[in-house]
Parts: sequence; structure tokens; C-alpha cells
Amino acid sequence: MIRSTRGERLFDVCNILLLLLLGISTLYPFMYVLTISLSTPADAARESLHVLPTAPTFEAYGKIFEHPQLWRAYLNTIVRTALGVALVIVVLSLVAYPLSRRTFPHRKFITFLFVFSMLFSGGLIPTYLLIKQLHLLDTIWALVLPGAVSAFRVIILRNFFEAVPGEVIESARIDGARELTIFARIMLPLSVPVLAVIALWTAVGHWNAWFDALIYISDPDKQVLQLFLRRTVLENASLTPDQQLLDPTQYTPETLKAATIMTVSLPILLVYPFVQRYFVKGIMLGSVKG
Amino acid sequence: MPQPAAALGERRHRGSAYRLWRSYTSHLSLILMFLPGFVLFFVFEYFPLYGVLIAFKDYRLLEGVMGSPWAGLAHFERLFTGPGFKDALRNTVIIAALKLVIAFPAPIILALMLNEVRVLLFRKIIQTVSYLPHFFSWVILSGMMFAFLSLDGGFNQLLGLIGVEPVSWLLYPDYFYGILVASDIWQSIGWGSIIYFAALAAIDPTLYDAAIVDGAGRGQRAWHITLPSIMPTVIIVFLLGISGFLSVGFDQVYNLMTPATSQVAEILDTYVLRRLLALDYALGTAAGIFKAIVGLALVLIGNALVKLYDKEQGLW
Repeated sequence: MIRSTRGERLFDVCNILLLLLLGISTLYPFMYVLTISLSTPADAARESLHVLPTAPTFEAYGKIFEHPQLWRAYLNTIVRTALGVALVIVVLSLVAYPLSRRTFPHRKFITFLFVFSMLFSGGLIPTYLLIKQLHLLDTIWALVLPGAVSAFRVIILRNFFEAVPGEVIESARIDGARELTIFARIMLPLSVPVLAVIALWTAVGHWNAWFDALIYISDPDKQVLQLFLRRTVLENASLTPDQQLLDPTQYTPETLKAATIMTVSLPILLVYPFVQRYFVKGIMLGSVKG
Repeated sequence: MPQPAAALGERRHRGSAYRLWRSYTSHLSLILMFLPGFVLFFVFEYFPLYGVLIAFKDYRLLEGVMGSPWAGLAHFERLFTGPGFKDALRNTVIIAALKLVIAFPAPIILALMLNEVRVLLFRKIIQTVSYLPHFFSWVILSGMMFAFLSLDGGFNQLLGLIGVEPVSWLLYPDYFYGILVASDIWQSIGWGSIIYFAALAAIDPTLYDAAIVDGAGRGQRAWHITLPSIMPTVIIVFLLGISGFLSVGFDQVYNLMTPATSQVAEILDTYVLRRLLALDYALGTAAGIFKAIVGLALVLIGNALVKLYDKEQGLW
């Protein structure tokens, strides 16, 4: 090992300090909002950096939990996430497996159709008109069907199936297994890690989705959580349950807003430490050559 | 036995149709598996492509895409001369350029910095923390930013320590682009660095050993080995992103904008949304087509430029 020069040691120190600064500034807004959500309105108004709550109170959470729309929206988001993930896993593997078989008819052309759709899409308005003509407006299907078969994920999963050695399939066939048996008994169990990553992506995507609900859903009882958050925090609708949801004149206290933000973020914050490494693995899936 | 050429051709023709039929029947279970998902894909990806025709029509809902009369390029003329579009295009290009120059290199720099850290635990912690904002929607992140950047929010409290007067940062058009770029980096720097970090890890360590023997310092090694080694990754990420040059982050802009900043915050995507809400479908679709064509052209040009520089690189 060569002794490091003074300049190099100086570089190391600066490097660590800068990274530390990045880490702190990434976390600070999260800590700030968490602290405000746990403060009384009077505490929140104090001059302070609000890194940690001085006297933690769940007062703000108690207030927003009384809001009937919040629970409705929470339930709607849970339902769309569960339905969306189930649909993606089933349909995606059913599409990707046949496409991975080299003898599948029109395989090249179909693969081209998938790849081409990634380059060019119809855009917002033609998609909206399609959903409208299919009479899917104001239904949960408008939220889960359009993205269910994403070309990118089909290609990833197809590549994974293709990488399974042909001998495995061949020997199963010699043992008398039919296509469906090979798929269900061999391919699906082998692909559990990939499917898990895709399921996680999809779940986070559905939890965070709001724009599709903004344009496809107008019934307030079918609203998703992210839009509830948008209406109350960004559009300043009232968060106190005794008032109308959409009352622009009523400004919401900061603590209530912060508590709403934390309530919506909570599931992701809770699972993040455990699933983070699967996501990191997942990003490398995409770099498999198509 | 000699056969007439025509009959031979006919039989061969029948043969290929027969083979196709055989291929269908022998893959019947696979085809049945495949069809539901494929229909779903085809309907939601390719029907809208056909729907793009309404940009060239006077679209009437009851008559459908085919039944509506043709309008030629009238909607495009209306688009380019009408109010709002030019401002939206200008804002979009400014934001895109700022993000390209400032936010695009940020994850590369972070990966290089992380690569120099020798304390593994510290590196892992910084990485884990830096990925965090990527998992939250821009509705949540914007909510946090409105709280954090408000008049008595955390940012002003911090600035107060060094004697700066508090400002409602998100209500001033002058600060809007700065906030966009900074929050874009906040959200995506860690996640974006993963792919570069993987490229750095794949560099052959013997290259560094050889350079050390030759007396290269740390800076020289970074310049002559590290940077050239990750260049192909940088180029691929750049080319994959360039088709979305005019997609400057609708979620982010739409959730961070206020009436006070709409002058600088209206972008092509918000323009399309407003046309949708105004039921002016043809104009909004025309704007969407304009965006898609620019994106496609940028990928083609970018790829050609990269190939000019090095034939081995590029997307195809």
C-alpha cells in the first residue's frame, strides 16, 4: 500500500464531509415534516429548526383521522394497489412466457410491437378518449388496466425466461409435462425473484399514482390517497372534518398538513428499509441486453 | 415425374400456410395463455396511436375518429400561432436545458465520490439515504417542499441563522427554476447513481494497479481510467433520456406550481392537460404529436452524433 499524500487525505476528508452534507440535506425535509406533524400548532410556529419534536403529540393525527374522506381514500388506494399488483403478475407472466419460446408463431413481429410501443405512444388525450369510449371512466379499471402490460417489463421477464437452460424444459417434456405444467411447475418457481421485484415496482407505482385518478375519476368516493393529499395540502382544502372537503377559503394549519403527508408516506417509509435492496437489484434487471 | 411449375408453386404456397396452421395448433395452449395480456397491451398501446388521427380532424365525439371530417394541418397552425403554446415551449426548453446541464451530471459525480469512500458502512448508509426520495410521489415531495420552503419553514429557519430575511420561496417566479433543479437532484441523485456505481465496480482493478506502478496519482487514475471506463454507461443513459428531453417532469412541475409562478411553470405537458380540460382534444393531441416527433428526432440525432465520435457506441 502506498502512503497517501497530504492532498489525498485532504480530498478524503472533503469527500466524506460533502457526502455527509448530502445525506443530511436529503433527510432534513423528511425530519422537518415529521417533527411538525408531531408538534402542537403553537410549537410548530416557534422559531426552531424542528429537527426533533420537543413535546411529541399525536393531536394533529387524531384530528385528520376523524376525516371520513381520508379512510375512504386509503381504502381505495389499498384496493387499487392490490388489484394492480395481482393483475400485473398474472398477465405479465402469461404474456412473457410464450414469447420466450423460440418456436412461438410470429415471435419476432410481436416482440417488435412491444419494443415499438416504447418509442412512440399516443399521448394523453387519445388515451383519455379510449378510456372514455370503453366506459371505464370512474371505475377502478381505468387505474389498473392501462399500465398492466408494460412493454419494458414484458421484455425483462421474457429475457429471464429465455435464460432458463433449454435442457430443463426438454427433460420436463420427456417426462411427459405439458406446456402449462412446465410453466406452472418450473418457470414460475424459478422466476419468483424477478416477479417479486416487478411486484414491488408495481406496488410503489400504484401507491404513488395520482394523475390517472385526477383525469379518470371524478366521484369523490373513489378518490385515491395521493389526490386526497393533493387537494388538502397543495390546494388548501380544509382538513377539519366538520367542513366541506373542498373549501378553498379555509386554510389548513401546518401541523394538520404535515400529519397528512406523514400518514400518506407511512407505508412506504415502513417498508423502505427492508425492500430497498431488492429495488437496487431490480434496476440492474433492466440492463440485461434485449 | 415432371410437374408444371405453377402447380409446384401452389403446393409450396399451400405448404407454408399449412405450416403456419400447424404452428398455431401445436402452440394452442401457449397462444391461449398469451392472448388476454396481448389484447390488453394492444388496446391500451396501439388504439391511442390510431387516436392520434384526431389532430388532423375536426373531432366529434359521436362520430368517432373515422367519421369526423378531415381538418388537414389546421390544428397545427392553430397550435403554433395560438396563445400559450410558445410560452409553454420556451419554459419547457429552459427547464430541460437546466436539468440536462446541472441535474444530469449530478448522479455521475455522486457515484464517483461514493467510489472513493473506503469505509463500507458509511457508504451504504449514504446510499440508502440518497435513494429515499425516489420512492415518494411528487404530491408528497411537493407537500414537504411547501412546508419546508414556507415563510416560517425549515429552510428560512436555517437561513435565519446566518441572518437572511425569510422569503416564501415557492411564490416567486425568479426562484422557480432553481427550486425545480434542486428538488430534481434531491429526488433522483441517489437512484440515478446506482447504474454508474455498478459501472465503476465493474472496472478491472488491475488497470489501477498498473497505473500505480507507473506512478499515476489518484487524480490521474480517475481521469485516465475511471472516466473513460464509465463513458459508455453515461452515453447510454444520455441517449435513453434524450427522447424525453421535452418531458421535463410533469409530476414535479404541476405539483410545485402556484398561480403566482404559472408564467414560468406552464410546460408542454401542462398545456396538453389544459387542452384536455378545455375539451379542445385536437389541439392537445397536436401538441402531443409535436412533442413525440421532437423526442424521436433527438434520439436519432443523438445516436448519430455518438456514432460519429465512436462507431461502437450508441443505442443501435
